[in-house]
Amino acid sequence: MPTTSPAIRVSGLRKSYQQLAVLKGVDFEVARGSIFALLGSNGAGKTTVVRILSTLLKPDGGTASVHGFDVGSEPLRVRESISLTGQFAAVDEILTGRENLVMVGRLRRVGNARDVADELLARFGLADAGGRRVGTYSGGMRRRLDIAMSLIGDPPVIFLDEPTTGLDPEGRIEVWNEIQKLAGGGTTVLLTTQHLEEAEKLADRIAILHEGAIIVSGTLTDLRKLLPPAKVEYVERLPTLEEVFLSVIGKRA
Amino acid sequence: MATHVLGDSAVMLGRSIKHVSRSLDTIITVTIMPIAFLLLFRYVFGGAIQTGSSNYTNYLMPGVLLIAIASGISYTGFRLFNDMRSGIFERFHSMPIARSSVLWGHVLTSMVANAISVVVILLAGLGIGFRTSAGVLAWLAVAGVLAVFTLALTWLAIVAGLSASTPDGASAFSYPLIFLPFISSAFVPTETMPGPVRAFAENQPVTAIVNSIRALFDQQPVGNDIWTALAWCAGILIIAYAVAMAAYRRKIA
Ligand SMILES: Nc1ncnc2c1ncn2[C@@H]1O[C@H](COP(=O)(O)OP(=O)(O)O)[C@@H](O)[C@H]1O
Ligand SMILES: [Mg+2]
Repeated sequence: MPTTSPAIRVSGLRKSYQQLAVLKGVDFEVARGSIFALLGSNGAGKTTVVRILSTLLKPDGGTASVHGFDVGSEPLRVRESISLTGQFAAVDEILTGRENLVMVGRLRRVGNARDVADELLARFGLADAGGRRVGTYSGGMRRRLDIAMSLIGDPPVIFLDEPTTGLDPEGRIEVWNEIQKLAGGGTTVLLTTQHLEEAEKLADRIAILHEGAIIVSGTLTDLRKLLPPAKVEYVERLPTLEEVFLSVIGKRA
Repeated sequence: MATHVLGDSAVMLGRSIKHVSRSLDTIITVTIMPIAFLLLFRYVFGGAIQTGSSNYTNYLMPGVLLIAIASGISYTGFRLFNDMRSGIFERFHSMPIARSSVLWGHVLTSMVANAISVVVILLAGLGIGFRTSAGVLAWLAVAGVLAVFTLALTWLAIVAGLSASTPDGASAFSYPLIFLPFISSAFVPTETMPGPVRAFAENQPVTAIVNSIRALFDQQPVGNDIWTALAWCAGILIIAYAVAMAAYRRKIA
């Protein structure tokens, strides 16, 4: 497949839970090797999009493909191409950190699961805690382990659903650094966030999911253009993404 | 992918066996409680119960083993429920593994854990006077009946684990199963029971299973009991498996 084709392509995606229509025709594309932020308030449907893309949920309509594979017709190929870090840390609390990593390594059939586990423990500042049960870890440590588990096997596409929710500022910066390193290494990252500054800080492109559809998407510069140019007063200040967000939502409402 | 089922199930088995071996209360409940029943009936109630057999420990052993298995499988439902709640179930389902291994890991763990508790209880029984003249074939037959019984109840536990909405619900289904041996030929001959109770006792699965295991241990002819026992187990197994698969598809669709 040509390397210029997008890593993720979503078109007309629809999903309802009983009568609640959550996605009403979502479209977006994510370029290979980029960081894409799906921004939306709580309940906007971000997790629903991520679950569809990671083959955990079937859409009611529309199409989605990841790494060139359709999520509906080639779910296994999609799973081979992705890794999911869900909204809540999906780690085994009774196993140790190292055992969690080795388990994922075995399931992903990496030849040297133990070496990979030790390397990741060191990289995520968990070397000392690696032999302890995850039940004793802090929220930040769990989240770091969770992300480390997602990196095993070097999948080309990684989904991070609200990766920094519940982390203290220090933990958030650590996770940000790891995400930037990933994209630097050519991995495509789709992250969801409720935090405007997080999208602003990390993402190459940002899409705002609101009331079931992407209401705007583009680079930070594109989004800023949606506001009237900054007025020159005493100090010139670019509009923040928060202002863009509120302005766009206000326009629609 | 079919080739991965065994390898992936082995990883899942290893993980879940660690859960068993690291939770002391599980081990205590599934072995100590049946051993307590053994002692209670042997040394407290046994003297008042006329069974027509000279060794009451031999008489009660099969029923106690079934109680142990019925309480053992409740933890299988509980462990599966926790996996679903913690998000690790979804993590596994977003990975390129044989998805069936997620459930089979729990099923195999149940088989192994129950086999171990059966052996422990048999050893305890030997200490208080359990004696058998069973040969290799009879032992194999006993093991076979207990294995089919465990497998059938384990799939019931899988149904409970998949469909429960609380951790208590995921294990409470086993309480009636633990109670069933008391209204059977497990501790007293059914002839002593009043009409309707006796009719129930003689036509429920535990009586046939207990009678065939007792006959095998005593080198007596098993008659039709063993076929009735196997038919019950196979019937429960087939229905529980079908219901479990339907519940599973509902969960992952
Ligand atoms: N399994 C479900 N059943 C019913 N409603 C659901 C289910 N999952 C999510 N929802 C609802 O769908 C909406 C979108 O949820 P979600 O995708 O989790 O949003 P977000 O991740 O953006 O917070 C919410 O209103 C949520 O309550
Ligand atoms: Mg969410």
